[in-house]
Formats: sequence, C-alpha cells, structure tokens
Amino acid sequence: MLPRSTAGRVLLGAGALLLGAMPVFAQPYYVELGTYALISAMLALSLQLLVGCTGLVSLGHAAFYGLAAYTVYLITPANNGVSILITLPAAVAAAGLAALIVGALSLRTRGFFFLMVTLAFGQMVFFIFHDTKLGGGTDGAFLSRPLLSILDWELPLTRRQRPIATYYLSLGLLIAMYLSLVLILRSLFGRVLEGIRVNEHRMQALGFNTYRYKLAAFVIAGLLAGVAGHMWAMHRGFVNPELIGWHRSAEALLMILMGGLTTLHGPIIGALAFTGLGEFAQLITERKLLVEGLVILFVVLALPKGLSGIGMPRWMRRSPTTDGSARAAAEARTHG
Amino acid sequence: MDFPGLLAQLLNGFQHGLLLFLIASGLTLIFGVMGIINLAHGSLFMIGAYVAFLVTRQWGSLWLALPMAMIGGILLGSVLERGLFRYFYARDHLDQVLLTFALILLFEEGRSLLVGNEFYSVPIPPLLDFSVPVTSGFSYSAYRFTVIGICLALAALLFYWIERTKTGAVIRAAAEKPEMVDVLGIDARRVHMTVFAVGTTLALIAGALAAPLYSVYPNMGDGFLIISFVVVVIGGLGSVSGALWSALIIGLVDTLGKAYAPKVAGLAVYVLMAAVLIWRPSGLFGQRT
Repeated sequence: MLPRSTAGRVLLGAGALLLGAMPVFAQPYYVELGTYALISAMLALSLQLLVGCTGLVSLGHAAFYGLAAYTVYLITPANNGVSILITLPAAVAAAGLAALIVGALSLRTRGFFFLMVTLAFGQMVFFIFHDTKLGGGTDGAFLSRPLLSILDWELPLTRRQRPIATYYLSLGLLIAMYLSLVLILRSLFGRVLEGIRVNEHRMQALGFNTYRYKLAAFVIAGLLAGVAGHMWAMHRGFVNPELIGWHRSAEALLMILMGGLTTLHGPIIGALAFTGLGEFAQLITERKLLVEGLVILFVVLALPKGLSGIGMPRWMRRSPTTDGSARAAAEARTHG
Repeated sequence: MDFPGLLAQLLNGFQHGLLLFLIASGLTLIFGVMGIINLAHGSLFMIGAYVAFLVTRQWGSLWLALPMAMIGGILLGSVLERGLFRYFYARDHLDQVLLTFALILLFEEGRSLLVGNEFYSVPIPPLLDFSVPVTSGFSYSAYRFTVIGICLALAALLFYWIERTKTGAVIRAAAEKPEMVDVLGIDARRVHMTVFAVGTTLALIAGALAAPLYSVYPNMGDGFLIISFVVVVIGGLGSVSGALWSALIIGLVDTLGKAYAPKVAGLAVYVLMAAVLIWRPSGLFGQRT
C-alpha cells in the first residue's frame, strides 16, 4: 500500500509541491477544476480503505459523500454562512453515523451480496433527497458556503481569493487524509484489514472479530468521504441528488482502478487523471459519457494494474519478493 | 380505501412483481452459473422497452416487438457473452463492476444517439385497449391481464427448463460445482452462452412488455436494476424460485406503497431489505451458509 522506495517518496513529495504551486500560475478556472479534482481524490482515497486495503467493493460510497454535502445545506440558514468549525464536524459526523448504520447491515453479507446491498442503501439515501423536498428535491439547492471563521473573526478574503483558499484547504485535507491513512495502515488495525483482504477465514481463526474490523474500516471510510462531501458543498455552494447517485460511486471505483488498486497514492493519481480526462472529453465532444464508457473499457481491458503500474522504470517498482502483501497472498493461495 | 381500488392495486402489484421476476431471474441465473454480476442488466431491460417503442412507432404493432425482442435478446446476449463477459468470469469483482458499468454508459449513449433524450409513451395495442369486467363494479385492464399471462407462461417455461430438462440439470450442476461439469466432459462455455442469452432475452421481453405501462425514458434501466437487486438479495442469490417469491413481495409492497403512502413508498422496499438482512442475511429463500 505504501511507497517503500526513496524514489517513490520523492516523487510523491514533488507531486504535492506541484499541486501546492498550481494556483500561483494557473488561471482561476483551473484552480476551481483543481479543487474539484482534489475533492474527487479525497472521495477515491476514502474508498480505497475499503476496496484496496480491506477487499470490500462498495457501490454506495457516494451516499456518505452526498449526505455530508446535504448536511452542510441543512444546517446553514439562508443567506448566512456558518463557520467551517461547525459545518465540517457536523457533515463528517452525519456521514459517519450513516456509514455505521449502513455498514452494520451490509457487512452481514459478503462479496456480490455486499455490493448489491451497499448499492441499494446508497440509492435509498438518493431517493430520500430526490423524492422529498428536504433538500430541494430533484433540482437540488444552493447554499451559503461555510465561512473560514473562528468565533466572530473571519478570514478576510476577496472574491478572487476565496476559491484559492478553498483549493489550499482541500489540498491540506487531502494530504492530512493520506498521512492518517498511512498511519492507520501501519498500525495493527491496518495489518488486520490487510489480513482480511488476503484471507478472512484465517484472520477469524487467529481470533480476530473480523466483522468489527470491517465495520470500523467502513465507518472511517464514511467519515473521510464526509470530509470530501463537505468540501464539495464549500466548493460549489450547491447540492443535488446526483452527488449521492450510484454513478458517482462507480466513478470513485473507476478512479481507484485507474490509479492502481495496490497503492494509497493510486486513487489520487486516478482522480486527477479522471478529472483531467473528463475536462478533455468535454472540449472535443458533447458526449462525455461515451468517452467515459470507452475509457473504462480501455482501463478494464488493458490496464488492470492502473496508471501507477505502468510507465515506471523497473528499479522503482516494488519487486514481488520484498512486497509483504503479495507474498502473503501467494502463501494464502498455496495453503488455502 | 375502497374494495375495487384495493383489488386493482393488488393486481397491479402482482403484475409489477412478475415483470420484476423476469429481470431478476436473469440476474440471479447469470450470477448463479457464471459468478458475475451484470450491472448492465437494467440497460437490457431499457433496450427491450425502446425496441417496443420503435417498433410500435414504425409499424404500429407491439406484437411485432415481442418476437423482435426475443431474437434481439438471443443475439445480443450471445454476442456480449462471447465477445466480452467470457473473459471476465475469473477477474476481480471490481473489474466486473466497472466493465458492466461501462456498458451501461455505452448503451445509454447509444440510446441517446438513436432515439434522443425525450420521454415517450407507448400506446397499448388497440386490440387490448379495453377493460375486462371482473365483478360488478370492477373491471381491469385487458393489457395488464395479458402481461400477467405472458409473464406466468414465461416463468413456467423457465422453471420447466431448469428443473425438468437436461440443459437445466447441467445449469444447476454448473451453479453447484463447475469443476464437476468440466470433468464430465460438458462444454461449460456453451452452457454459459445459453444462460446469458436466456437472461438477456428475459430482460428484453420484460422491457417490451413494460413499455406501454411505464413509458420509455432515459436511464429507465437504473431504477429497475436496483429494485431487481433488492429482489435478488431478499430472494437469495442464485435462487430462481426465491427470486419469484421475493419479486412478488416487492411488487406488492412497492405498488401498494405508491398507492396508499406515496411519501414513504420509495423507502419501503429498502426498509424491507434491511429487515431481511437483519433476520436472514442470506435471503429469505437462500441456503443458509
């Protein structure tokens, strides 16, 4: 999951610096696009904890993302922004609570059952906002963006600076999320999750209550998706049911697959590539979904290891003999 | 809540459930035998509905659409299985999900290119556009009766095929122990192609039958796909008879909910699913594991 080589770490650091320098030379439009890419990266990264680390393919992850964005809308009075110190915890808590309920039920099932159940619960959340007037119904609703303020003091920002501040806040949160996931994966908890992915029965035989570990991972992933959803609300100042819909969940899975299943930076690369590709597709054609479909087909058929699996010189790739998880997987196959 | 109204809603629910069964049985068969989940199954339903719409617009007859949906389903199912799905049986869940998601996008874009993004209604065939008096003071749409009849006939055929024919025995064996089928010298690839073609055909026929009742519109497959998932989850994955019972339950709950409690109807089926998951995680009719 984590880059082992020094070269890999240097590359990641350079990528982060490049993202940090982007608003200095980029036009406002691209700063906004960059913010959206960073938010997508947060969503994909949060899902990676389930898909890549624990081996749980969820197709309802956008529910927590959208629910967090709607929470910001619901607690913000009309024409009056609320401090981010209130909106962010509230949005994240709502997403985490929903993840606890959905996870507790859907983790009673496995494999494809799990996939269908998460999809169905995700659509349930979708219909709550789509069919009722709770959050503006089908059309969605505008909201006053959360303020960067503490008590009565507000960060003085001009209209032009605000998107840049949102960009840096998203970047900071993404980096914080990445680093906390690194810590989580290095801990015993992370090792257990990896063990569950490779061979759940063996983990049970070792005495781990795998249900609880999976539920904890599901809730953490939901909380992190909530951070992404909150930043969406702050970025766009608009919520609609599409945020929750399962197309968004599938897109997050695609970002993971594009970037690479076996790394933690893969989903980030995948999200940036996916957003860039979507932008490019919009330039050349009106049929964005057609391009998206063909890209997915290409990735699934030709790039099963994702972007982070290609283009790297051999000395930078992890060799299978030193890679613990690959060895464990091979062992599990031979010993069943 | 008057009695004739309730009776009509019960019949509507029965008919809705039977249509759901046609979709869900294909889904559950394909999963049971090949171990693949086809998200594009809803799109196949959508294609059936648009075939009905186009044929009716062109030649003014829904009856022509049914055989066309059948032939189209067999062809499309065989081509998809042979050209694409076959290579994904051994792949990761994630790859299968994204492959079939990509198919949804491509089918929807194809639909948008060919027919456009408008909402179209499909007329009920004039021959059946009347009401059958059931009791004094209550009559029911002849077309819906016909749909119920066709669905019941197809369900009976499907059960006969699976339970009583040799192909069916092979299919049940392949779902149970695929290695054994290989060892016995049966060509599993042909079984796979057949099952996929049958599932596709059932979805297309369901779409064609549903077109006059539900109209045709973009992304119509999504809603039916997800409800079919709920049917499969409640019925127990891989169980065709479980799919029948749970499709009827879901059809009734959904229809009665929409009629008598429209505000919470969208949620009713999901609450039901949650309850089943708490009570029996492997489905009401699935084998306990």
